[in-house]
Amino acid sequence: MRHIISLLMENESGALSRVAGLFSARGYNIESLTVAPTEDATLSRMTIVTRGSEDVIEQITKQLNKLIDVVKVQDLSDGSHIERELMLVKVRASGDSREEMKRMADIFRGRIIDVTDKTYTVELTGPGSKLDAFLQAVDPAAILETVRTGASGIGRGDRIMKI
Amino acid sequence: MADMELTGAEIVVSCLRDEGIKHVFGYPGGAVLNIYDEIYKQTAFEHILVRHEQAAVHAADAYARATGQVGVAIVTSGPGATNAVTGIATAYMDSIPMVVISGQVPTAAIGQDAFQEVDTVGITRPCVKHNFLVKDVRDLASTIKKAFFIAATGRPGPVLVDVPKDITQHSCVYEYPKSVSMRSYNPTSKGHAGQIKKAVQMLLEAKRPMIYTGGGVVLGNAAPQVTELVRLLGSPITSTLMGLGGYPAPDPLFLGMLGMHGTIEANMAMQHCDVLLAVGARFDDRVIGNPKHFAKEARRIIHIDVDPSSISKRVRVDVPIVGEVAQVVDEMLKQLHAGKEQPEQSALKAWWTQIELWRAQDCMKYDHTSAKIKPQYVIEKLYEVTGGQAYVTSDVGQHQMWAAQYYPFDQPRRWINSGGLGTMGFGLPAAMGVQMAFPDAPVACVTGEGSIQMNIQELSTCKEWKLPIKVILLNNGYLGMVRQWQEFFYEERYAESYMTSLPDFVKLAEAYGHVGITVEKPEDVEPALRDAFGKYKDRLVFINFLTDPRENVFPMIPAGKGLSEMILV
Repeated sequence: MRHIISLLMENESGALSRVAGLFSARGYNIESLTVAPTEDATLSRMTIVTRGSEDVIEQITKQLNKLIDVVKVQDLSDGSHIERELMLVKVRASGDSREEMKRMADIFRGRIIDVTDKTYTVELTGPGSKLDAFLQAVDPAAILETVRTGASGIGRGDRIMKI
Repeated sequence: MADMELTGAEIVVSCLRDEGIKHVFGYPGGAVLNIYDEIYKQTAFEHILVRHEQAAVHAADAYARATGQVGVAIVTSGPGATNAVTGIATAYMDSIPMVVISGQVPTAAIGQDAFQEVDTVGITRPCVKHNFLVKDVRDLASTIKKAFFIAATGRPGPVLVDVPKDITQHSCVYEYPKSVSMRSYNPTSKGHAGQIKKAVQMLLEAKRPMIYTGGGVVLGNAAPQVTELVRLLGSPITSTLMGLGGYPAPDPLFLGMLGMHGTIEANMAMQHCDVLLAVGARFDDRVIGNPKHFAKEARRIIHIDVDPSSISKRVRVDVPIVGEVAQVVDEMLKQLHAGKEQPEQSALKAWWTQIELWRAQDCMKYDHTSAKIKPQYVIEKLYEVTGGQAYVTSDVGQHQMWAAQYYPFDQPRRWINSGGLGTMGFGLPAAMGVQMAFPDAPVACVTGEGSIQMNIQELSTCKEWKLPIKVILLNNGYLGMVRQWQEFFYEERYAESYMTSLPDFVKLAEAYGHVGITVEKPEDVEPALRDAFGKYKDRLVFINFLTDPRENVFPMIPAGKGLSEMILV
């Protein structure tokens, strides 16, 4: 099962490597990992997407909690939540396909943020599945480069993770 | 100056003094020269100079195991730190509270591949409870305070503080914090009341109860509470290798050690009980064998542990209780005393009848008529001669198992060995740590000729400090446990498990200024031990017992098998 786990951790140097090291040392999967400081500069917020049986996920959250720098752990998949991922795609946009590319970006509510006479760079946000769908919808030969951030997640409604 | 400023080096030493540290084990080097200069000037603690950094960490570790206080070691940067890693990992696996202070190259040189530079924080990260790199002298005292706090609380463990050399030269006002509060670290101490109630009820309803205790009972100072609980319930009890001494072994309710080299009665009772209470133990592979086989028999499990991640890791449990074991068991006792209920005596009697049948198989028997010295016999005599009062450290291998099986520990903190990591070379430096803590206590290091050579240089440290340790070398000429596995599982192909060219251990001991004795006949075992603990009481005595090379450790559960699949003699 896919799980999305949120962490609040001390914004200390080496904190990220403690988390990454834990996953590799214990053989857990990391599908994606994003991290940045929060509005409180002493705290970082991390979102980890991982896969595992219920037992494994239970161990992952316990082991994360055990890290001294980790302040709070929440498995967002336990309740309703929102996930978003940012993707930048550089696509070939010349000749006949130029207009087509523009339309595809519009359909997916993407924004073209950089233009040359032969390429567009499209910015897309959404759940991972939407980004996948865009990549499938355009001609594979037209995709020159993609970069994705991995998912960030937040609980819906009153579900708040704060210290 | 209104407030006196201290240098970082002075601060390190002041922190150790203010933490009440009396013994520090270490080895100097470039990056810690400023700290050593301050150690030279102070009198608050003794510094014990070892001959290899691994030994400093093992000694500090054993000091902690024997006393319950946090052990302290100081090493230099680079090779000092890497040599310390085995010791740190050993302490980590057995949850031993320890603070290691390592020197580091100056801040400006970090990352420049400087002389004696390694990424100590990076290298030790997977084998410490936590570690710190101090980047500002103003953080030094609070970091060391945190290190001691983290090491000793919750599930204990080693904490490393890496101090760059320039930080030891910088200065600031010194104040040792009185307390620590960390938003990210608040270990649970009190067990959940509802869960405790459920556990008590379950134990009262049990028809075939079993109590299984681990190192957590020793480390958590819960032996008196656990002993009372066992007696109140009339339940059988077993301990892991790390838990030995948590319950008096000579008591009839004690079934001996369980696990790979556990007794029939302990392993069978584990497998066939209907309610299992696990206290400060973690169901590891050497203890329950194959978890699938373990789960074949239905039983309800109560698990008390201070570390939530130990619960339901290898075995699903029914009643998890996170908290300090002493507190939780105290609470259970209170409820048992307050209530009128008692376990059903007829069921308990039937259970004991079954257990006594298992016990009657006498799985620990061995040949008493042999003309060769049986290693088990040496341990039994060691027990007799020391009246069971010795601190026994061990290395790793067959001798370790025999010491665990044949020296019935009746107090916690007397049995000191590397259980989790299984570190050969632990025994002698561990004995140094214990003897420094208890100068007048009998300390025996049970070892093999393979293990002892891994830290043999410490005989020199023992000489310097006149440590009257008794080295009990069970010398069978083989890496015995390797040989045993090769005999059982590799069709007797003894690949690299036989050591030729062993030193003359008597001369070796004498070269270091100690007493050396070789014992070749069973009838000489006891007199040699009596001399060691009598005539040579104040000397280090190295007794080289030439034991039966073919002797194996029984019972044995082959790796990956279940608790009821033991190989017997």
